[in-house]
Amino acid sequence: MARAPSLYASRRRRNAITMGLSFGATAFGLSWLVLILAVLLWEGFSGLSLAVFTEMTPPPGAAGGLLNPIMGSLVMTTIAVLIGTPLGILAGTYMAEYGRYDKLTSVVRFINDILLSAPSIVIGLFVYEIMVAQMGHFSGWAGAVSLAVIVVPVVVRTTEDMLTLVPDTLREAAASIGLPRSLMIQKVAYRAARAGMITGVLLAIARISGETAPLLFTALNNQFWSLDLNAPVASLPVVIFQFALSPYKDWQSLAWTGALIITMAVLALSIIARLLAAQRRSS
Amino acid sequence: MVDVALQASGISIAEQIDRAKVLERLRLGDVAFRHITRAAAVTVLVILGGIIVSLVWGSLPALRTFGVSFLYEEVWNPVTEKFGAIAPIYGTVVTSLIAMLIAVPVGLFIALFLTELCPMWLRRPIGIAIELLAGIPSIIYGIWGLFVFAPFLQQYVQPFLITIFGPIPVLSTLFEGPPYGIGIFTAGLILAIMVLPFITSISRDVFEAVPPVLKEAAYGLGCTTWEVARYVVLPYARVGVIGGVMLGLGRALGETMAVTFVIGNAHRISGSLLAPGTTISATIANEFTEAVGDLYTSSLIALGLILFLITFVVLAIARLMLMRLNARVGV
Repeated sequence: MARAPSLYASRRRRNAITMGLSFGATAFGLSWLVLILAVLLWEGFSGLSLAVFTEMTPPPGAAGGLLNPIMGSLVMTTIAVLIGTPLGILAGTYMAEYGRYDKLTSVVRFINDILLSAPSIVIGLFVYEIMVAQMGHFSGWAGAVSLAVIVVPVVVRTTEDMLTLVPDTLREAAASIGLPRSLMIQKVAYRAARAGMITGVLLAIARISGETAPLLFTALNNQFWSLDLNAPVASLPVVIFQFALSPYKDWQSLAWTGALIITMAVLALSIIARLLAAQRRSS
Repeated sequence: MVDVALQASGISIAEQIDRAKVLERLRLGDVAFRHITRAAAVTVLVILGGIIVSLVWGSLPALRTFGVSFLYEEVWNPVTEKFGAIAPIYGTVVTSLIAMLIAVPVGLFIALFLTELCPMWLRRPIGIAIELLAGIPSIIYGIWGLFVFAPFLQQYVQPFLITIFGPIPVLSTLFEGPPYGIGIFTAGLILAIMVLPFITSISRDVFEAVPPVLKEAAYGLGCTTWEVARYVVLPYARVGVIGGVMLGLGRALGETMAVTFVIGNAHRISGSLLAPGTTISATIANEFTEAVGDLYTSSLIALGLILFLITFVVLAIARLMLMRLNARVGV
């Protein structure tokens, strides 16, 4: 009898310690988010002004803004989404609608999941080899293509998941009124899975808007206003990289402002995407 | 019954088009759509194949010149055109190991908190916050690490580590030398923060998949929460947790921008974790645009090939483990 209480006590103590640890771990994890956002707001907000959105990147020591990298990022992201989304949706459609149980689908799903977390710098090297080295110069097109390669797996994954969730009864109902399969997919399945598919595209945009590594040696960088996609194009992440590592104070503060803009855009996109997904679940 | 199909194809019945012709067109559309989607699915495979082929092709000159010695030589000299990959490989592996050593226990404890302790109304907000942490672009971690985290470590943490580990034989070598702020150690910590959300969210999903009956039975026997987690949840979820950890490891190995800012870019292997080093991805990011000469470029691409092969293997193991788990849950 003498041992039992102490055994209980030690078990209870061990439980209290580990539960305390898990509280601590959660506080630790969340504190990074708070810390990073706080520093970003503190450092970036002071530099935020209209000039940031209307002026070009300055030479060291002069005032200026981030207009050309912002435009460059927008243009390349748009093109990447225009290339990557249809490709991803079509591939996801095959996997969920036509070949849900065949060999090709399981291979593609496996490879796609690996591409989803493949190092983005390797994708940059790939596009450098197939485009920059062949064309002989860096270009905005190469940058857009490397971003598109990142968009594809994200969209494939969400499209497949969302189409798989569409109840088969809807498909059967469509088939029973004589709708051909391709029209059934386009008019019924896509419509039922629309919110989820849009979520996937938003997440893909969030993912590529901060990507730096694949742009470093595809789109390179450009000091000046240029929307010529056959020439190097500036982008926000690459400019942040360059300015942050420079010794000039005003370049560094512009880098912080750029970082704040990107983070806010990315967080807004992922929150909207989540709201859309939640709405779908509740309806 | 064909009316719907006719309308859908944009042809009004009033036009009295031959029914057979319409059906024929729909059938062709059907076949075409099927083939287009199939081609798109195959494109995903082509992309992967393209990556491998282009990397192998690009790294051929370097591999031909240096042979296997590329893998274990430490020298990296663009002037004499002598290149070896072991320093970046070492940096990549060590920074990822530091990251996993910290992120795995912390991530598992957070997942435990979210599934067993956290009140219901708090679960979603905390889960979303952790996922937002995953969404922050890596360049933000980089700039934050360079201007905020590294100076903090240099001033407060590293001198402390040097003093307390100084008298202990092995640890004194690991934590030796001046506190630079930037280096392998700092890069490992930043990577830990970055992979934490991945490990947490996968572990949470896996923990939630443990059948409540098992947990309730253990509680019914009088187990404490910790005992339930340790002897019921963890063994049941083991495969999935390992899959999640490997997924996080894959991320850490390939992470570029955050590491490039804080690693110091020194092509040498140092006994001390506080010394500057380099990783494969940081080397490529820093040197690729400035590389002159085919051999230099080719050596960097060969580094990329090595990185891709390592991450491919790690990610493939991760996926196989998670697939095995899904198969079991499905049964």
